[in-house]
Amino acid sequence: MTGNDLAIRVRNVSHQFGEEGSTQFVRAMLETSLDIRRGELLCLIGPSGCGKSTLLNVIGGLLTPTNGKVLVGDTDVRGPLPQEIAYVFQENALFPWSTVLENVNLGMMFQGVPKAEREPRARQSLAAVGLSDFANHYPGQLSGGMRQRAALARALSLETGILLMDEPFGALDEQTRMVLGEDLSVLLSRTGKTIVFVTHSLGEAVFLADRVAVFSARPGTIKEVITIDEPHPRKPGFMTSEKFTSLRNSLFALLHEEIRKAMEQSTASERAARRGAKS
Amino acid sequence: MSAEPESAVSKSAALKSATPKRDRSALGSRAVQVAFVIALVGLWYVGTTYGQISPILLPNPLRVFDELVDVLATLEFVTDLRITLTELAIAFSISAASGITLGYLISRSQYSIRVFEPLLAGIYSVPIILFLPLYILFFGLGPASKIALGVTTSFFPIILNTIAGFGYVDRIFVLSARSMGASDYQLFRWVLLPAAFPIILTGLRIGFTVALLSILGSETIASLAGLGHRIVHLAEGMDTARMFAYIAFAVAIALTLNTVTSSLEARARRR
Repeated sequence: MTGNDLAIRVRNVSHQFGEEGSTQFVRAMLETSLDIRRGELLCLIGPSGCGKSTLLNVIGGLLTPTNGKVLVGDTDVRGPLPQEIAYVFQENALFPWSTVLENVNLGMMFQGVPKAEREPRARQSLAAVGLSDFANHYPGQLSGGMRQRAALARALSLETGILLMDEPFGALDEQTRMVLGEDLSVLLSRTGKTIVFVTHSLGEAVFLADRVAVFSARPGTIKEVITIDEPHPRKPGFMTSEKFTSLRNSLFALLHEEIRKAMEQSTASERAARRGAKS
Repeated sequence: MSAEPESAVSKSAALKSATPKRDRSALGSRAVQVAFVIALVGLWYVGTTYGQISPILLPNPLRVFDELVDVLATLEFVTDLRITLTELAIAFSISAASGITLGYLISRSQYSIRVFEPLLAGIYSVPIILFLPLYILFFGLGPASKIALGVTTSFFPIILNTIAGFGYVDRIFVLSARSMGASDYQLFRWVLLPAAFPIILTGLRIGFTVALLSILGSETIASLAGLGHRIVHLAEGMDTARMFAYIAFAVAIALTLNTVTSSLEARARRR
């Protein structure tokens, strides 16, 4: 595979929070390498605290890793790349003091889109997520699912080649997630963007991804990458198919052991913290 | 003191809950409030007309009303009011400008917030009126000592709310703005400022109120002119009816200013 087919190259990235030996010290990621192809949707899945979001923030230039590097195209990532990468965050990152339309416009203003282009592009991306009628609502007046669609519209309006999504539906209920997942699959199959999507839902990963990268427990590194060979846009019927179930099961088998390990880690560290507090 | 930023969620909840039923109960409690004030004045009237209360200690409300009409008609109040309001305007301008500027600078680093916020909150809890004798020594009996006291009392709520406003902006807003390429100026203008604005506004309103209170108060303690000075002057001359008229006038001015600042705050918050 030539470098041109790769949108993002992650090379031996390690990251730690805090100084070694201090109580806040956490080795979040260890020697992680990953190639992300142009136009694919790659899901990062793993136990909580395994460094999925850390990797996403390193790719997005919001976090400088302790070791290793990330290349976007041929550029070494040293900070946010607003022309190449747009973000959809887990929580609602819309500005509550601005309307939905103003939020989308602000994003383009930050990115440097000329004023005359902003309004039509904002209308277009709001139409794409089905929020045309809510352009003048404030985020607080929308449901959680609508807010995340608005956040997606803001990211789409930036017309970047890469979209990073950090558990964008994490705070939503199961039904809303399913519907949004379907809509997302339809929407994104049309745009040809490269997408990195962090989730902890197995079903979501299988339903959306071209490939799923499974993280190990902390210090996180990629244990295995599974290919989901099913054309986009995916139909709801895929979710009840034999293929879906068997993929989901093999993903579960891979993850199960890591989740156990992660839980043992967290109880161990809690016990250590309690001991520390007593002495 | 550090008012929570009014969240968008609670804003929409407030919109929905503005039902006619609530309006009626608000109207009801307003009627009780008015009735209470009328009853109080009625008691005052009955007590001074038919009771054994000395008119020097508590004059009849009708006499006070006549005096008030006279004060207003002769425009006698203008000089004192102008002095008090000038002191207030100068004191508030100084503390607003310095409180917001310094508060913003402190809020730029978590370290300086940790150092200065408890320090300022500590000084804020000291009864600042205790500095008045010192200020009179420094600045004399004229307006300068009143301005100094007004600045000292209103500076703290303003700077503390400014730190609370700028210092605790949700990290996700900053990250998302940065990821979209916001410059330092854009981050300030479109993220930090709108996030902090309602909280700073609350600080300004509190600062304004305490500045007015401390200026009126210090005028009654040691001064050459101003509304507070006039009230003490009349009390010392046993002219209690006119003194009460001036108190009523000062209360009316304070109420008006408070209503104006509160409605300015409410209007700015709605945006």
